[in-house]
Amino acid sequence: MNIVLNNREESFEQSTLTITRLLHIKNFTFKMLVIKVNGQLVKKDEYNSYVIKDGDDVNVLHLISGG
Amino acid sequence: MTFEEIRERLKNFTAGIAGAGGLGSNCAVALARVGIGKLIIADFDIVSESNLNRQYYFRDQVGMKKVEALKENILRINPDVEIEIHDIKLNQSNLSTIYKECHVLVEAFDLAEMKKMLIETCISELPDKPVVVGLGMAGWGDSNSIHLRKSENIYICGDEKSEISEINPPLAPRVAMVANLQANTVLEILIK
Repeated sequence: MNIVLNNREESFEQSTLTITRLLHIKNFTFKMLVIKVNGQLVKKDEYNSYVIKDGDDVNVLHLISGG
Repeated sequence: MTFEEIRERLKNFTAGIAGAGGLGSNCAVALARVGIGKLIIADFDIVSESNLNRQYYFRDQVGMKKVEALKENILRINPDVEIEIHDIKLNQSNLSTIYKECHVLVEAFDLAEMKKMLIETCISELPDKPVVVGLGMAGWGDSNSIHLRKSENIYICGDEKSEISEINPPLAPRVAMVANLQANTVLEILIK
């Protein structure tokens, strides 16, 4: 499948992926994340069940302290 | 556009500033200098000596409430700005009420969990409001890593990688770079 991840086109062998699996494949190991799929917020307790499909627009924001 | 035209346009707009530390104080001052109409500023903290390495406060303001000290400093620069202050800790229940009327909201917290709270609250409760987030500005040097990235109505300003720590503290130059990148992004959103 092809998705847009953080404004960039990316291809994956799998036809669907859960958010947990996507984070693992991309090696996103950060704890403090905000994830949006097609503009909708996906909460942490849905990461194991939420399925990303071909054409989805996924935004992963990694939050760090400082300001 | 001439400066007069820019100021004439900006006076019709309100910007929200969530947090009055290094990002919020510097960003608010930049917006006040160019003539933003109104600022809504919230913070619960007081000015301490350790803030003076990056935040827009003066030594004789140590001990004052940040929102009151910042209002005083902004009015000394531009008395035409309307300033609404809230000496309060922002949370998911008061945030959307305080910033409802803003045309754009600047996220200027220090802690990652507060940034997360603001972004999630805005996505669910203020979905159409432009939110300008400051993310990653610790240390010094590495100027070219500071960037602007847009994700729908969320604008991310910073290097997105440098987290503050004991040995990588936030310092005036990079903090003010990100604060002014946020202010510049606010102008870009408002002067369309």
